[in-house]
Amino acid sequence: MADVLYGVASSHVPAIGAAIDHGKEEQPYWRPLFEGYEGARKWMADTRPDVIILAYNDHASAFDLDLIPTFAIGVADKFPIADEGYGPRQIPEVIGHPELAWHLAESLILDGFDMTICNRMPVDHGLTVPLSIMYGSPEAWPVKVIPLAVNVIQYPPPTGKRCYALGQAIRRAVQSFEDNQDLRVAVFGTGGMSHQLQGERAGWVNTPFDTAFLNRLTDDPEGLTEISHVDLLREAGSEGIELVMWLIMRGALSRKVREVHRHYHVPASNTAAGLIVFEGSEANVLL
Amino acid sequence: MSSATREYDDIPGTYVFDADHHRKGYHLNMMCMSLNDPKNREKFAAGEEAYLDQWPLTPEQRKAVLERDWLGMLQLGGNIYYTFKIAIFDGLSMQAVGGAMSGVTEAEFQQMMINGGRNDNG
Repeated sequence: MADVLYGVASSHVPAIGAAIDHGKEEQPYWRPLFEGYEGARKWMADTRPDVIILAYNDHASAFDLDLIPTFAIGVADKFPIADEGYGPRQIPEVIGHPELAWHLAESLILDGFDMTICNRMPVDHGLTVPLSIMYGSPEAWPVKVIPLAVNVIQYPPPTGKRCYALGQAIRRAVQSFEDNQDLRVAVFGTGGMSHQLQGERAGWVNTPFDTAFLNRLTDDPEGLTEISHVDLLREAGSEGIELVMWLIMRGALSRKVREVHRHYHVPASNTAAGLIVFEGSEANVLL
Repeated sequence: MSSATREYDDIPGTYVFDADHHRKGYHLNMMCMSLNDPKNREKFAAGEEAYLDQWPLTPEQRKAVLERDWLGMLQLGGNIYYTFKIAIFDGLSMQAVGGAMSGVTEAEFQQMMINGGRNDNG
């Protein structure tokens, strides 16, 4: 049976992708960040999930102000790398898993989550940078990816509670996927941690908040769903509200998880960069 | 346009991209979005004034774009992910834009981030 066995939450700062693409990982500015990724990359190489369901937000790439889906799932065979204004990143295109993606779309909608279904969906740094963080620069991504785009740019984003519940529904959907391959699925939540790109308050970082968020993501995720958007804006910064997407990942895992890796570093560009890796339990052990 | 009080109005130096903001900035942001297309970047490079004529921007929005008034663009309905497309076009970093919006140089802004970021309730 297919199951969600792993969860990863990571920042998706574009400058991290650029540092990887341009071979800057050893530079003094970037070294402390990438050093902290080494254990997670090794874990990823050992673990090799078959599919990643990757929650991220599109940054004016596939969607613009004409169409703002709250939750959109990519069902295509493949997803091109978006041109965000620099020309597309020179990385492999992202290969989807249409069978599982369509199963997810159907299951989630029947389970009460009104997903937008997308075929044409160029993917931007929100999706590709976490892949680069975990896999480096391979010739082809060694995993299939189902993009799950979440609106966090137009206020209001979905609530933390709703995101967590979506994660739980994703778990149910994956476990009801009939295949003969026992697909091993990872769910990624991306964005954050505290950061603010805009306004006179640009550069906002709140390390105590981030540390507490990481701790509670492991032990008290339901408590985290109680944080209001206004408190997220205030404490994590206007773009830190992306952290609601981390709750999709956590909701998709078993209640008890094993934290296998954690890294936190300030700064990556204008952002407090966080990474946390969980292993969940087998389906019938702890739900 | 509605000007309902919002719970987040008291957060300093922050322009939440809500309904009011969206309505004010729709055309400005869609103009920025167009720069994802390399052909449009060429046209923008060939003549910014003529390029901007394609969108019904307000005179203030137009001036803010031409003058690269990053804070002004936000105040006129811009969203940072959209307006940053212009900074990408200019070859500017997020630190340069962050500095410009908060009144410091790029180097000062970068140093503030290295020192742990802004966390002075400001």
